[in-house]
Amino acid sequence: MAHEHKLEIFRGLLKFKSNTQKIWGVLIFLTLVTIVEVALGILKPAALTHSHFLGMKVLNWIFIILTLVKAYYIAWDFMHLRDEKSSLRRAIVWTPIFLVAYLIFILLFEADYIYHVYSDGFVKWNF
Amino acid sequence: MDTTVTTGTEENVWGGGNQPLGASYGKLMMWFFLVSDALTFSGFLAAYGFSRFKFIETWPIADEVFTHVPFFHGNYPMYYVAFMTFILIMSSVTMVLAVDAGHKLQKTKVVWYMFLTIIGGAIFVGSQAWEWATFIKGDFGALETKGGRVLQFVSADSGDRLALRDFAETLQEDRVDHEKKNGIWYYKGDALPSYSLNEVVEGVKSNPNVLIRTELLNEDGHKTVLTRDETLKKLNDATLVVEGANLVRNEYGSRLFADFFFFITGFHGFHVFSGVIINCIIFFNVILGTYERRGHYEMVEKVGLYWHFVDLVWVFVFTFFYLV
Repeated sequence: MAHEHKLEIFRGLLKFKSNTQKIWGVLIFLTLVTIVEVALGILKPAALTHSHFLGMKVLNWIFIILTLVKAYYIAWDFMHLRDEKSSLRRAIVWTPIFLVAYLIFILLFEADYIYHVYSDGFVKWNF
Repeated sequence: MDTTVTTGTEENVWGGGNQPLGASYGKLMMWFFLVSDALTFSGFLAAYGFSRFKFIETWPIADEVFTHVPFFHGNYPMYYVAFMTFILIMSSVTMVLAVDAGHKLQKTKVVWYMFLTIIGGAIFVGSQAWEWATFIKGDFGALETKGGRVLQFVSADSGDRLALRDFAETLQEDRVDHEKKNGIWYYKGDALPSYSLNEVVEGVKSNPNVLIRTELLNEDGHKTVLTRDETLKKLNDATLVVEGANLVRNEYGSRLFADFFFFITGFHGFHVFSGVIINCIIFFNVILGTYERRGHYEMVEKVGLYWHFVDLVWVFVFTFFYLV
């Protein structure tokens, strides 16, 4: 199996000499991201927990974005989607993204509605 | 561009034999499975988000629940889960290295990297089992109200959490634990908590230092602590002593919290477990030389995809269950 490996990450900013080297490079990057996540999770800087964006704390947005970054590098470099044909890659990636985005959208809106029913309605549940 | 379909020869496109996606049947089927499995996990996590948004003001704080590290006493939020995450990423790396060595047909390297991957997976499953045990056993204990809400206890001086054993009175009561082995007419009976409701209530009344902490989150994202007067009044609503967690109630707060913990981390743990089993099978096949004779190590690549997927899911579970 003579596989061609694309050895660039960060849009060509970092170029590795071999596939093995790229794997270690990605490991270092993923570890750094995880360390940042855990540090933020323990410290919980007040500046990030008290500011909100689209109804959610900025800190939580940072967590979600960092998670997607990690997911990207796991899928692209560990699951070597980077080396697959773009048609296969798109079929694999966009199908779940579309479905999950839709599911999250409807469920979270519905949940927020129910939250308001509980908090503004006349049924006492928190006793 | 590499999206265009060319078969080299001028054959009929529908005549078969060409691979428009450039991947073998087995690999495509593995991707089919992974996409559908990703949707299952997304369903779980989206349901978790649903319940969390529904009870956004009263949801337990994960930092205060997962504070344990094996062999150490004390409060270490997140450290152990971060360690588990690292172990899983590390075993993912050894798996890619195995796949890479497989491409170069280096059998001994594949064997060693597969071995390390299996060890990493086993450490992760073991850690998760330990975490489940700690979660089920519980730490502080709490009371449950008529409405199914959980009341926890803090010390008025330091603001630290108090365990039931720190203040509960010991009363002379008849408390019989009904067990199947001693009962002639035994049908069923709940296991008794370490302290009865009365003992806890009397303990709170006689210790002015004990305050109740409700599920409600305040502006700063901390749980609301009641005053001493409110505490004594709130005691009248208590109906049960809750220690640890099961599928019905848990001492951490919302009942759904423990349910989702068991289902999501359980489903993921089951994936890791089956991944370890599949890795073992492939590991022995590699040792036996099956793929050497076949001329390629694509099976290692396919189980590798599954193994990375397990890691990928954990990245999301870690964020949504422990961090956010």
